[in-house]
Amino acid sequence: MFKYFEPNKIFSVTSKAPRYVLFLFIIFLSIGLTEALILSPEDYKQSHSVRIMYVHVPAAWITLGIFSTITFLSLIGYIFKIRNFFLISKSLAPSGLVFNVIALVTGSIWGKPTWGTWWAWDARITSMLILVLFYIMYLVAWRIYENNDKVFGATSIITLLGIVNVPIIKYSVDWWNTLHQPASINILSNSSIHISMLFPLLIMTAAFALFSLLIFLMKYNTELIKIKNKGLDRL
Amino acid sequence: MISETLLMNGYGLYVWSAFAFTLSSFGLLYVVTKIQYTKEKTKFISKFGTLNSERAAFAKSQSINKEILSNTTNI
Repeated sequence: MFKYFEPNKIFSVTSKAPRYVLFLFIIFLSIGLTEALILSPEDYKQSHSVRIMYVHVPAAWITLGIFSTITFLSLIGYIFKIRNFFLISKSLAPSGLVFNVIALVTGSIWGKPTWGTWWAWDARITSMLILVLFYIMYLVAWRIYENNDKVFGATSIITLLGIVNVPIIKYSVDWWNTLHQPASINILSNSSIHISMLFPLLIMTAAFALFSLLIFLMKYNTELIKIKNKGLDRL
Repeated sequence: MISETLLMNGYGLYVWSAFAFTLSSFGLLYVVTKIQYTKEKTKFISKFGTLNSERAAFAKSQSINKEILSNTTNI
C-alpha cells in the first residue's frame, strides 16, 4: 500500500494540484468572508465581536488536526521506515504553526472585548501556547540535524510528547474552570450554535483547510526538488 | 450601511484587526513558501544546465526530473 506514496509516483499530481487548490481557496474564502463579516447575524450577548470566531475557531481546529496528522505520520514513518511520511509531516508543519499563532492572536483580540483582558493563563490558552512550542521544536529539529536517522528519531519523539497536549487542549474547558467557553459544536451530540452561524464557520473552515493544503503542496514540491538537487550533485 | 459594517457597534477595531492579522499571515506564509519553491526550482534548472549530454539524458530518464523541468506549476 505504501508504494503509492512514493514521491516519484505522486509528484506528477502534487506538482499540478496547487493551481486548482488556490482557485478553490479563493472561491471559499470570498464566500466565507462575505458570510462572516456581512451576512451572518450578531450574537445577542457578544454582539459583532462574535465574528472573530470565524477565523479563531477554524485556525484552532486545523492546527490541532495538523499536529495529530504529523504525529501519526511520524510514528508510522518511524515504525515502517517510510521516509516520505517524514517529508509529508515536515511540509505540513509550517502551516500548522501559522494556524496555531493565528488561533492565539485572534483569541487574544477576542478576549479583550469579551473578558476585558488580552491574555489570561487559562488552561485552554496556556495549552495552545505549549502547542506552539512543540511546533517550533519540531521545525528547529529539522534545521539542527543533518543526519536523517537522527532527525526522524528526534521529530518522532517531539510529536509523541506533543500529542499528549492535544487532548488536554480539547478537554481543558471541561476539566478545569476556565475563562474560555466550552465547545459549542459537538459531532456526537446537539450543537448549541445556530445554523446561521454554523454555515459561515464551516465555509471558513473549508477555506482554511484548502489554504493549508496549498501550502503543504508547495512545501512538499520544494522538498522533493531539494532532494533532486542533491541527486544532481551526485551525478 | 457601510459605516455600520466598519464600526460594528464599537467592535469593528477588534473584528477587522483579527481578520487583517489572519489574512496577512496567510499572505506572508504564501510568499515565503513561494520564494523557497522558486529558489529550489531555479537551482535545479541551473544545475541541470551544467550537466553534459550523457548525464543530462540519464537525469531526464527519471520521470520526477522530467516533471520538474516541464510540468511544474508556476504557483
